[in-house]
Amino acid sequence: MNDEMKPRRRKHGRRSPLASVALVLTGLLMTGGAYALFTAATPASASVDLTSTQTIQEGKKLFAANCATCHGLNLAGSDSGPSLIGVGAAAVDFQVGTGRMPLAKDAAQAPDKPPVFNDTQVKQLAGYVASISPGPGIPAASNLTLTGDATKGAELFRINCAMCHNVAGAGGALTEGKYAPNLMETSPSHIYEAMLTGPQNMPVFNDDNITPQEKQDIITALKTQSKSETVGGFALGSLGPVAEGLFIWIFGLGAVVAFTVWLTAKAN
Amino acid sequence: MANDTNLPGHDGPSDSLVPVSTADPGTAVERSDALRNPGLPPHRLRVTDTDPKKAKTAERVIVALFYVSLVGSIFAMAAYFAFPIKPNDLGSVRLNNVFVGIGLSFALLAIGVAAIHWSKVLMDDHEGIDIRHPVKGDPKTQARAVEIFRQADRESGFNRRVLIRNGMIAAFAALPFPAIFLFRDLGPSAGTPAEAFSHTMWKAGTRLTKDPTGDPIRASDVTIGSVFHVIPEGLNDTEDVLEEKGKAAVLLMRLEPGDLHVSPEKRTWNYDGIVAYSKICTHVGCPVALYEQETHHLLCPCHQSQFDITREAAVIFGPAVRPLPQLPITVDSEGYLVARSDFHEPVGPSFWERRGDYNV
Amino acid sequence: MTTTSDTYNFDPTAPADSRRSGGITGWASRYVDERTGISYVVREFGRKIFPDHWSFMLGEVALYSFVVILITGTFLTFFFQASMAEVTYDGSYGPLKGLEMSAAMQSTLHISFEIRGGLLIRQVHHWAALLFVASTMLHMLRIFFTGAFRKPRELNWVIGFVLWILAMAEGFTGYSLPDDLLSGNGLRIIAGMVEGIPFIGSWILWLLFGGEFPGTAIVGRLYTLHILLLPAAVLAFIALHLVFVVTHKHTQYAGPGRTNENVIGVPVLPVFAAKAGGFFFVVFGLLMLMGAFFTINPIWVYGPYDPSPVSAGTQPDWYIGFADGALRLMPGWLGGPGGVPMEFVLFNTTYSLNILIPIVVLGLFIVAVMLYPFLEAWVTGDKREHHIADRPRNMPSRTAIGAAGVAFYTVLFFGASSDLIATHFKVSIESMITILQFMLVLGPVLAFFVTKRICLALQKKDRQIVLHGTESGRIVRLPGGEYIEVHEPVDEYERWKLVAFNDYEPLMLRPNAAGRIPVTERARAAISRLFFEDRIEPVTSTELEVARHH
Repeated sequence: MNDEMKPRRRKHGRRSPLASVALVLTGLLMTGGAYALFTAATPASASVDLTSTQTIQEGKKLFAANCATCHGLNLAGSDSGPSLIGVGAAAVDFQVGTGRMPLAKDAAQAPDKPPVFNDTQVKQLAGYVASISPGPGIPAASNLTLTGDATKGAELFRINCAMCHNVAGAGGALTEGKYAPNLMETSPSHIYEAMLTGPQNMPVFNDDNITPQEKQDIITALKTQSKSETVGGFALGSLGPVAEGLFIWIFGLGAVVAFTVWLTAKAN
Repeated sequence: MANDTNLPGHDGPSDSLVPVSTADPGTAVERSDALRNPGLPPHRLRVTDTDPKKAKTAERVIVALFYVSLVGSIFAMAAYFAFPIKPNDLGSVRLNNVFVGIGLSFALLAIGVAAIHWSKVLMDDHEGIDIRHPVKGDPKTQARAVEIFRQADRESGFNRRVLIRNGMIAAFAALPFPAIFLFRDLGPSAGTPAEAFSHTMWKAGTRLTKDPTGDPIRASDVTIGSVFHVIPEGLNDTEDVLEEKGKAAVLLMRLEPGDLHVSPEKRTWNYDGIVAYSKICTHVGCPVALYEQETHHLLCPCHQSQFDITREAAVIFGPAVRPLPQLPITVDSEGYLVARSDFHEPVGPSFWERRGDYNV
Repeated sequence: MTTTSDTYNFDPTAPADSRRSGGITGWASRYVDERTGISYVVREFGRKIFPDHWSFMLGEVALYSFVVILITGTFLTFFFQASMAEVTYDGSYGPLKGLEMSAAMQSTLHISFEIRGGLLIRQVHHWAALLFVASTMLHMLRIFFTGAFRKPRELNWVIGFVLWILAMAEGFTGYSLPDDLLSGNGLRIIAGMVEGIPFIGSWILWLLFGGEFPGTAIVGRLYTLHILLLPAAVLAFIALHLVFVVTHKHTQYAGPGRTNENVIGVPVLPVFAAKAGGFFFVVFGLLMLMGAFFTINPIWVYGPYDPSPVSAGTQPDWYIGFADGALRLMPGWLGGPGGVPMEFVLFNTTYSLNILIPIVVLGLFIVAVMLYPFLEAWVTGDKREHHIADRPRNMPSRTAIGAAGVAFYTVLFFGASSDLIATHFKVSIESMITILQFMLVLGPVLAFFVTKRICLALQKKDRQIVLHGTESGRIVRLPGGEYIEVHEPVDEYERWKLVAFNDYEPLMLRPNAAGRIPVTERARAAISRLFFEDRIEPVTSTELEVARHH
């Protein structure tokens, strides 16, 4: 990069770099303002009576059409899918409600994806499975009020969950291509159900291990945290020092080097 | 406008001036027919040199930038008051951070850009030239330096009075050692590290309790597929909570008893498929706590060592070599899980004094 | 210090002449000069010439980020408490309220959430620290690839190298101060590594932490290092580094009018001072922007240190990543579990090769970085001073060695984030680590040969351009019907940049006076062959004449 090698055009003076700098700064000011004022919204959920005959009947039809191939008509399971005896409504609501089931293709683990069934259908399936063989139920709304003790919850989360899901809930790697998913967008009821049922390789955290109150504390902490972790600005994916290091090399040093090029280039 | 700035030494290769260095070129190739340095190209004028209007505009831009900086500083101070931090309101922290930061960024960047722009478009841009001189002193200076050393030697007798010199060297050599001794008290005065590393606060009958609450755990609480993070009973009341926890933290899991491959001498160490392993990695000591309930593998998030719980936590991948130490457990009369004894070997990373005859 | 000249040429008439002129500035400068003799310094250095090139500014980035670190760090010391005494948190951050933590953690949270601008300064401090090490390394790479470490600058390379090590030490000690979960686990890893050192490992740990890990002493001790000993050392070495830059005068790239005997550029006063001074504010301003908009090290998310929990994705700050990567890529069992264990007990003492090998390999790598200038000087035997910086292509073997080193370092760095790469690219961590283990061995070899070939090809292209000009893209039909592309000859200024470089031939072995060839000379000849067997010579005037008449 040598100045003599550059074409000697650009007759219109040299205002452009300054103008662009000013533009960038103004832009930053505005994004800063807009960003700072941004706040997150809160979710809502529907209610279905799981024990009603109609729900169970609808659920039975759905199950026969979509699930029985692998899990068997009597829930006993087969070579291609585990038994669902005793898994309860919570497991069904979690697996189907997060789109993990029905399974799209064989992979190290079932990924979450846009759910195939709507909320009512999920509840119908859950009602049906629970009617055949009882198990952990879908948590009551009173358990998901997000009014738990965030301090206790955060501590329990660090001890019981952070090693896989990352302290910020950003997720992490497990063995052989499996992973613990990101929890930032997961709904409170799904988090609760996951703890209760231990989907796939996640261990079970029964109510003797983490009490319902403690589960609520954990969810409260997680939701409080994902709201507040942006205090210092963009969180860079909450991936910690690696993301910060890449940022400083690519954007930090990139910007600095761009300035050095401008600084040492001969003016027109 | 030709090479009017050229001084001797700049219009050709090293032939027109005494070279900086006439030293041995080693295996470098020196050619008699090398091309010659053409000298500085003609100086090119900038638009601000030729067009007074452009120069005037540039001047205005620079002035404006300095005032932008001024505004930035005022903005930062105003933001300090306009966006105060309110107790228990993290949103106020965010606003304070962003707006004070924007003000200061403007204040700093505008000064920088203005000064650089000034130097580029308005300050004289003719190339300046410095002549280099060899880094080493000239022969006279070198000779004088050598002479000074000789003279000092003569006048002091440094090399003649060998006994004095050697005595001095010996004295200096001994001097650092007392300082090293002083550092001994960085560590505690009693005990040795190996002794401390070899024991934890687990002993026969200590109940396994939940981390962090300290509630005892019944065997029946631990269902298949569960994992409990465990600390010894009474840990939270000890003097050195973190030091003890750093050695005594345990992971408790329940597997189908048939899935466990138990070696004969450890037959009594699990209770009906419930096993307890040290949580401290045998590699460099991170907590190994990622338990996969289907594969029964434990993964360390720091360096990816993997341990197979069905085979007494043997290493199956990664930089660790030794299995995680197992804590022998049983239940007491009330059905609570208790330790049968301390670990039979030191937990955590290896150290020099670690012996080879534990575990038996 | 900088006035190394042996004679003091004071001219008593000079200030007398200016006595009547100058107004307030003149009065002030006379006042100072008559009490300090500073005019000598101004005369010697005021119009000193600095060459202008973007790559010459990288060291300044490092210097300026260090200044920013000092400024912001001083602010932080007013609020930070380097104590591991247990306190109960009662600040603004909800999810930590009522929790027991160390005073260090609590005061860091206090800085972040209750001091106006505190979070900003803390973030700027941390971003500046990352930039400090990053720019230091980029600066080192520039020096390396342009050969600016050659005589007389070898010792300054070593000083710069020491600064790099000090910068990493500064970074690590600072990273550990808040006593949060992430840095606590980082310290746990360091403690585990120290423990694995033969003979003295457990004792060093014992003394370092004042007993068992984590103890209550380490934060206070690191703080003393972080704000007293290490900054003082960094400052001293920076001063030494700059004294040598002034003594040697800056290198410059080959170009028309630029020789080994001159420096062409802008004078310190006013142009360079304005540029460099302005650049400080630019660097500071950019760091301030980062502090305002990007979270760094959100310790409130990590929580206080506790030996039991750990977070997925536990990594050190990037500059320690290569060490962490080395630990991760070292297999515990060679050939998989059941193979050769890398830790064993012999005569009732434990040998932890899985710790020692990474430490030794990293040590050798770092020492190789420090010693490279001396190796190259020994191989070429060139005792001349070099003030013209090389274009990387003109020293293919050095550039290839540099590329191999960069590849080695990069693989180790990515080793430290193997789990994140695995989840983001949907690979298993096991295959990711296996791939990186292979890359660690093959990558540098591959980088060496590919880079060397690229350099030689670029050199050939340069020769073509000098001899036959550049392709103009204009096709002309000759009277005979033949089509040719017109080549435009390069002007003499452009040409000079392409031909002004040193080249070396491989060392010819000759017996010494005793009629023998010493082993060292044989080794030197072997390395020399590796370096210079494939080489492209610069175009000479004879060749140019021949090409012209062709």
